[in-house]
Amino acid sequence: MSDSKTQAWYEIVVAALKANDVKLITYVPDRVMTPLIQALHADSFFTTFATTREEEAIGIVTGAWMGGMRGALLMQTSGFATIPNVLASLVCPCQIPALLFVSERGTLGEFNLGQAMVCRTMRPVLDALGVENHTITRQDELGFILDRSIKQAVATLAPVTFILSPLLTGGKVFAQ
Amino acid sequence: MNQTGAVGAHNAKIMNRYALTKRVVDKLKREEAVIGGIGNANFDLWATGQRPQNFYMLGSMGLTIPIALGVALAQPKRHVLALEGDGSLLMQLGCLATVATLKPNNLTMIVWDNGIYQITGGQPTSSASNADLVAIARGCGLANAAWAADEDDFDRLVDAALQGGPSLIAARIDTQPAVATTDRDPVRIRMNFMEGIGVK
Repeated sequence: MSDSKTQAWYEIVVAALKANDVKLITYVPDRVMTPLIQALHADSFFTTFATTREEEAIGIVTGAWMGGMRGALLMQTSGFATIPNVLASLVCPCQIPALLFVSERGTLGEFNLGQAMVCRTMRPVLDALGVENHTITRQDELGFILDRSIKQAVATLAPVTFILSPLLTGGKVFAQ
Repeated sequence: MNQTGAVGAHNAKIMNRYALTKRVVDKLKREEAVIGGIGNANFDLWATGQRPQNFYMLGSMGLTIPIALGVALAQPKRHVLALEGDGSLLMQLGCLATVATLKPNNLTMIVWDNGIYQITGGQPTSSASNADLVAIARGCGLANAAWAADEDDFDRLVDAALQGGPSLIAARIDTQPAVATTDRDPVRIRMNFMEGIGVK
């Protein structure tokens, strides 16, 4: 479904979302995600917009799923740290296949101590909640992981988190 | 308990949440979806009868309007109503700006403002003394935002809201507890709702 040699990482993400009929895209802005966000805005297949908080986006994606539309949320690591309550009290108990994309900050060259510290909370929280999560480091695995995991999320009525490593995206470096 | 009411509507009549919820539900003839917010908002919605198109939010305080927005985006031909409390809305005020940006014409937000965090023991919210939730909504860009002066005015505002949107209606309410409590089965609530709005 995608050619990892000629496509950029964000083009592979767009293709996987489209192939799986994920039309609603919510996000809280992130520098690393910017080319993905721009590509989604540029494609009328998607309804793409920013929310004021990641929690709010969780509510919107949940409502959209219940209304028959698949949705995803794009955020960075610090944003993930704001949503454990709504994962535990809405998404998990109601069995909502929310698709969570996290641009990983706080590792592999992080320059902000706050980002480095909050990053360490992410995987323990996901594991404690029993939320499937994949850290994606390789472009040649990206399309497969996304396609299979989105299908699994929908089939099993469970959320899934894709942690996009700086090894995949290039990450954010000091003074940018 | 004192009836603290809402500062933004100092001259509005203090009404009752269950009675107003019943008025709203009685107007729904087109299988409109209703999202009941955490606590008394969804308890009183439950008490009006369990319409298949009702979703009762048991956790995730503050997400009533975002959930309603998601349903409204997914089903643009169905009108969607959010029933939210003052304390809950104050927790997620940014959602009003998002709604105003997207302008869904099938969304109505109803805010019950008694000026207290009722379910946690009646501690005052900032709407009791200084925060005017309708002014905040207007400031976010929601032009159709209004306080209901009394029951007749509330009826008129709901009738108008159901013709289009987005609209926000705020009602000053008393501190009477909800008349029933909702069953606590999230999967069943979600599945009933999805069936009720034709998804499963």
